[in-house]
Amino acid sequence: MLETVFLIVFAMIGLSLLLNLWRLVVGPSVPDRILALDTMYINTIALIILYGMSMGTGLYFEAALLIAMLGFVSTVAVCKYLLRGDIIE
Amino acid sequence: MRLESRYRWLPTPFRSLLLFVVWLLLNNSVSPGHLVLATLFAFLIPIITFPFREPQPLIIKPGLAIKQLLLVLFDIVTANLQVALLILGPVKKLRPAFVKVPLDLSHEMPITILASTVSLTPGTVSAEVYPIPESLPEGEEPTQRYLLIHVLDLADEQELIDTIKQRYEAPLKEIFQC
Amino acid sequence: MYSEWVVSILLLIGGAFILIGSIGLIKMPDFFMRLHGPTKATTLGMAGVLIAAMVFFSTTQEGISVKELLITIFLLITAPISGYMLIKSAIHHKLKAKDGTKGLDNVEDD
Repeated sequence: MLETVFLIVFAMIGLSLLLNLWRLVVGPSVPDRILALDTMYINTIALIILYGMSMGTGLYFEAALLIAMLGFVSTVAVCKYLLRGDIIE
Repeated sequence: MRLESRYRWLPTPFRSLLLFVVWLLLNNSVSPGHLVLATLFAFLIPIITFPFREPQPLIIKPGLAIKQLLLVLFDIVTANLQVALLILGPVKKLRPAFVKVPLDLSHEMPITILASTVSLTPGTVSAEVYPIPESLPEGEEPTQRYLLIHVLDLADEQELIDTIKQRYEAPLKEIFQC
Repeated sequence: MYSEWVVSILLLIGGAFILIGSIGLIKMPDFFMRLHGPTKATTLGMAGVLIAAMVFFSTTQEGISVKELLITIFLLITAPISGYMLIKSAIHHKLKAKDGTKGLDNVEDD
């Protein structure tokens, strides 16, 4: 049963990644694109955790944690750049 | 509001506890070696990093803080169900609005916590704290601060402001005693 | 197996919330309304998936596994902050809010 559930949730997350990609391409403004990218990061964490579960290994946890941290930092850095035209003042 | 801890060797007691728990979670074990290492980090890191930090208000009522945390977690779940229904429902029925909430809190740290709670709970995202510090004259303290929030579906402005003030701001004032 | 049921239900709830968050990102007419989906629904969806992973690894492997809680807590702390930075930069760029948005005069220029 679990394999079927994994497949369904893989499809759900894949579909949401596609929707995010649509927003990333269409825009229309720069903050919209950053928001889409941020959501993509978070959905990718879900995808990696799910892949680890379906493979039956907990090794992907560290990768997910790193993506979470890098995603947050890069979102804040790009926003800061938009706000000030500079990241470290 | 109290900024300084009672003990010099433990400047930020709750952050030490957090470091201890995070180290154990990262290693996913409670073996004696990791317990010793976690205790060492929990004491050393706050002492080393303390000179770089601005002093922050300490939690004075931990029991109330835990109660408030559970309340917020519960609110996150219910609020998310609401937001999910709003998103799936018709877009034309939504009544978005910007609302200004007057704040009783004065220190940045409680305001940050309040803004984060507002962002995670019912259909609201906090946008800005007015007045913006850079726009004020040098060295002048703002008398009254406002929190600008964006609401996805606004029914009654005054009711929303009252909810935020009573449900989330009053306990924060109590916790930090400011 | 009860744990299998728990994992399946949590995963489906989590996946549904993640999908709803992305639908909100597509469907809403202006930036400020789009922000609501990813900051709230996606965060709760992630919490669902991660708690499912916690239960799954605790029951299928030796010992209990609670480290997934770290990512959950991290996301819960950082989601409001990135949302705040995004809405601040949107106000700075003077993005148009949808017609009929109330209280637009509350927004001050910086």
